[in-house]
Amino acid sequence: MDVGTALIAQSHRVDLSLSTAIVWALWLFVGFAGVFPGIVAYMVWLERKVAARFQDRIGPNRVGPFGLLQPIADAIKLIIKESIVPRPADGLIHLIAPVLVLVSAFLSLAVVPFAVGLAPIDPPSGLVYLIAVSSVGPLGIFLAGWSSRNKYSLLGAMRAVAQLVSYEIPQVLSTIPVALWAGSLSLVTIFDHQATFGWNAFNPPGFLAFVIFLIAGAAEVNRTPFDIPEAESEIIAGYHTEYSGMRFGLFFLAEYLSVFVVGCVATVLFLGGGAPLPFSAFPRNLIDGSLGGLVAANAILLTVFLLKVLLFIFVMFWVRATLPRMRIDRLMNFAWKYLVPLCLLNILLAAAWFEVVVRPGRVVASRWATGMIVLGMLTAGAVQLVFRVNRRLAAAAPIDADWPTVGSRAARAGR
Amino acid sequence: MVAYNYVFVGLLLLLAIGFALAPLALVALVAPRKKSPTKAEVYECGVRTHGETWVRFRVQYYIYAIMFVVFDVETVFLYPWAAAYGSLGWFALVEMTAFLALLFAGLAYAWAKGVLRWA
Repeated sequence: MDVGTALIAQSHRVDLSLSTAIVWALWLFVGFAGVFPGIVAYMVWLERKVAARFQDRIGPNRVGPFGLLQPIADAIKLIIKESIVPRPADGLIHLIAPVLVLVSAFLSLAVVPFAVGLAPIDPPSGLVYLIAVSSVGPLGIFLAGWSSRNKYSLLGAMRAVAQLVSYEIPQVLSTIPVALWAGSLSLVTIFDHQATFGWNAFNPPGFLAFVIFLIAGAAEVNRTPFDIPEAESEIIAGYHTEYSGMRFGLFFLAEYLSVFVVGCVATVLFLGGGAPLPFSAFPRNLIDGSLGGLVAANAILLTVFLLKVLLFIFVMFWVRATLPRMRIDRLMNFAWKYLVPLCLLNILLAAAWFEVVVRPGRVVASRWATGMIVLGMLTAGAVQLVFRVNRRLAAAAPIDADWPTVGSRAARAGR
Repeated sequence: MVAYNYVFVGLLLLLAIGFALAPLALVALVAPRKKSPTKAEVYECGVRTHGETWVRFRVQYYIYAIMFVVFDVETVFLYPWAAAYGSLGWFALVEMTAFLALLFAGLAYAWAKGVLRWA
């Protein structure tokens, strides 16, 4: 399991030595001076290009070649715009709210193992840290909506809290199988575990957990089809209606950074981190103590990691371009009546997978095949069960009892 | 020392706050500031805002928040079990199945009571 133990990220305890300090300083400098703003800026550009293609347009193409300088133009525009704060608003909280949202997204990045030496810290409770830090975001969103003293903002904030809070449960529950298999909450250990036992998304309970994590992750970052907190056609812009100029820009930054963070976390937990091949120690067997081997291994890991995150981000854009917004009652139903029971069942399936495959300590082909077939059927059965029960319960209730204004069954049949 | 982990988190926190505040400071220097009473009005589609905004809100949101707290706390109990599962043996699995059944019973009760109905 301990292929690349040499570096700081591999040990739970960090000695505050000079080399640690240098790595931290480098990570922070490179991150804040170039990588994070760059990633966010070009994600925006990419989204506009991708969305444009989906809608048979060209997208930004005026500023620089292929519109590549568009993010810079946007940034300048945001900076020279006036920040308008409404008179009745709570000024201080109005200022703090976007900062909180952005900080929450940044803090999650501290535990992500981009490559062998590139997780600055590896606390033994990494997953708990991740959840704790990422739940500060909804707080900022709520404060933004509340402090604006605008009714649309308040509606957006209330919707945001209801949605984020509901989807946080399946998101957290879907990470439990991963922790169970790795026997640890540390993201680096989870990453190492997948080098031996294959990527977590590629076994039946893991796949279910991965899908649930993706859905809940999309809901956590308020992206279509889960964008009811900022539904433009209903409540202006939801919680950031009263934000203009750079303060709005911070929300924008935070949204894209959160998408990136969710992509990183999904990659580490379910897609084997930066490993290009499942069931293989490559490229970490390149690490032989020499600097060249370390650099080569990390370069491969980092590249593959970023490609996987890019794929994830593209899927988010794709979903956004494809699906319409969900109605709030269906949205809440989906979290509580489908995802939460599925997650609870999935924990038991994950324990079964552990007994069949992980218990011997290495991959045995026959046990792995048995696990894939038996648990594949059980997982499919669990999904069937939850959907069937829900359909039956919904059929027993009058149609759209949750939404009385839609009309009676007779009226609908007549149409 | 494990605690040194959080030195980095502290540094990251400070830099992230700085990263968020720096453009705001720049805006304070560069951006125009022209106050007008109309501009400082709350934007509600051009209609003058009517009545108090900070009102008591519908109770449904509160009920979901309570459900969240219950489930979130119970989820945190699941983590140590999951991390230690390999060394715990069968009895832990039986116990956790019972715990999950209790969790599910709670959800089913809320469901049957109509708490999950958005109306």
